[in-house]
Amino acid sequence: MKRIATVILLMALAGCSSMGVEPWERDLLAKDSMQLVPDYFDNFYDEHIYFSKEASSGGQGVGGGGCGCN
Amino acid sequence: MQLKKIKGQMAVATCALLQAASPAANAAEAEWDVDTSLLYYSEADGRVQAAEPAIHAGRDLGDDERIDFRVVFDALTGATPNGGYATSAAQTFTTPSGDSTYVTAAGDSPLDDTFRDARVSLGADWTMSLDRMSKVVWGASLSGEIDYISMGLTAAYSQDFNNRNTTLTASLGFNNDIINPYDGVPIEFSPMRVANTGINRDGDSETKTITDFMIGVTQVVNRKTLIQLNLSLSLVDGYQNDPYKIMTVVDDPVTGLPASSFLTADDLSYVYEKRPDSRQKNILFFKAVHHLEEDVINFSYRYYSDDWGIKSHTLDLKYRYELANSYLQPHVRYYTQDAADFYRHNLVLGTDIDTAGNALIDYASHDYRLAELDTVTLGLKYGIPMGDDSEFSVRGEVISQSVNDSGVPAGQETPDLDALMLQVNYSFLW
Repeated sequence: MKRIATVILLMALAGCSSMGVEPWERDLLAKDSMQLVPDYFDNFYDEHIYFSKEASSGGQGVGGGGCGCN
Repeated sequence: MQLKKIKGQMAVATCALLQAASPAANAAEAEWDVDTSLLYYSEADGRVQAAEPAIHAGRDLGDDERIDFRVVFDALTGATPNGGYATSAAQTFTTPSGDSTYVTAAGDSPLDDTFRDARVSLGADWTMSLDRMSKVVWGASLSGEIDYISMGLTAAYSQDFNNRNTTLTASLGFNNDIINPYDGVPIEFSPMRVANTGINRDGDSETKTITDFMIGVTQVVNRKTLIQLNLSLSLVDGYQNDPYKIMTVVDDPVTGLPASSFLTADDLSYVYEKRPDSRQKNILFFKAVHHLEEDVINFSYRYYSDDWGIKSHTLDLKYRYELANSYLQPHVRYYTQDAADFYRHNLVLGTDIDTAGNALIDYASHDYRLAELDTVTLGLKYGIPMGDDSEFSVRGEVISQSVNDSGVPAGQETPDLDALMLQVNYSFLW
């Protein structure tokens, strides 16, 4: 897992240096709808519901859990 | 050459503009971004019903610093599967308190309808800027329900590179949970007792710790596309049983009926489940957000595996379709998982557990959430701005979950779960 993580990160960094935009090209990226999590509570409730109904959780961040869900 | 010069001048002009805009930005800092929401969640067939009001407020403090607070209430009622399954005869179970019974009719899946819970969850984040290209977000959370308390701390360090087009994040999370089951902690593999003959309990509470590590990269691909890749490792140590779930002890797995006699006359042929006390989870998460001419696509994929033998895939797609002054957002989610290694339909007397009540296997659970299952979610959201800085939205989702019970005799299968979710949001500046 650690080795895969290192390789992916290195590849990502190498590949990423040729991507991107200039500061004045961020008009669309600055929109609320273009954020990684555009809807705070939609995401929060989804994580909470599926945490209590499925065996998998996490991926988007750390922490969370913390529920004796039925 | 000329182009390069123009590019340079544009960069200078942009910086000047950004600096000129800062007094206005400071004025906006005096305001809170507030999100309020109410969720109503309802499972079919009299199962769980939940109402969850929630509020989040965040505020910029200047110099790229920010604070965020979150409060969520949760009220749940309804019936929840107790770990048994439908059989050709009626089944009598004892409630967790040990002083009353409930009866499940022949052919019905056993549900414990004494389940009630209320939960309060608090969270706070403090974003601290280290320099122009890096920051740390410190987080704390606390949640309490009648039988469960959770305390968590998180730290996430982010470093921007490549003209702020690449962000690397390293995060660490630690949770300490206390589990206080109603009327004590059931003894693993001990039998459920006939009502009012005492209950098999050992102590009042148990604990669990969760340590999470995550590294991630977020990359601006071009003016219209943003991608994210996260790798997570989560280590869970401590009590991970569901204290309310039992397993059926059978003589004959074909009929699946509870064993005609097990230990004493006061012992029912149902025993409390037992799961390993450690779990290691590995997660790969990818997300892409792409702007079309007007609309926006938000797609994610997650691969999950753990040392309980569970592997899962999650696909999530939202399409934001812009209308004249509002938007519609259809949502599709598909989830599929394998069963945990120790997921069992029942325990066979003499093979899995002996006539003296000694378990002959290490772990077993018939919690359907550890079974091989699929979940399909279809949703639709409608959002409309209400003035310059506020938005109202409403979201409805239908969730269908089905357990793959291949190999389970007919009539004993786990029923599908259908749930409905309705949510209203109102966000504004205050």
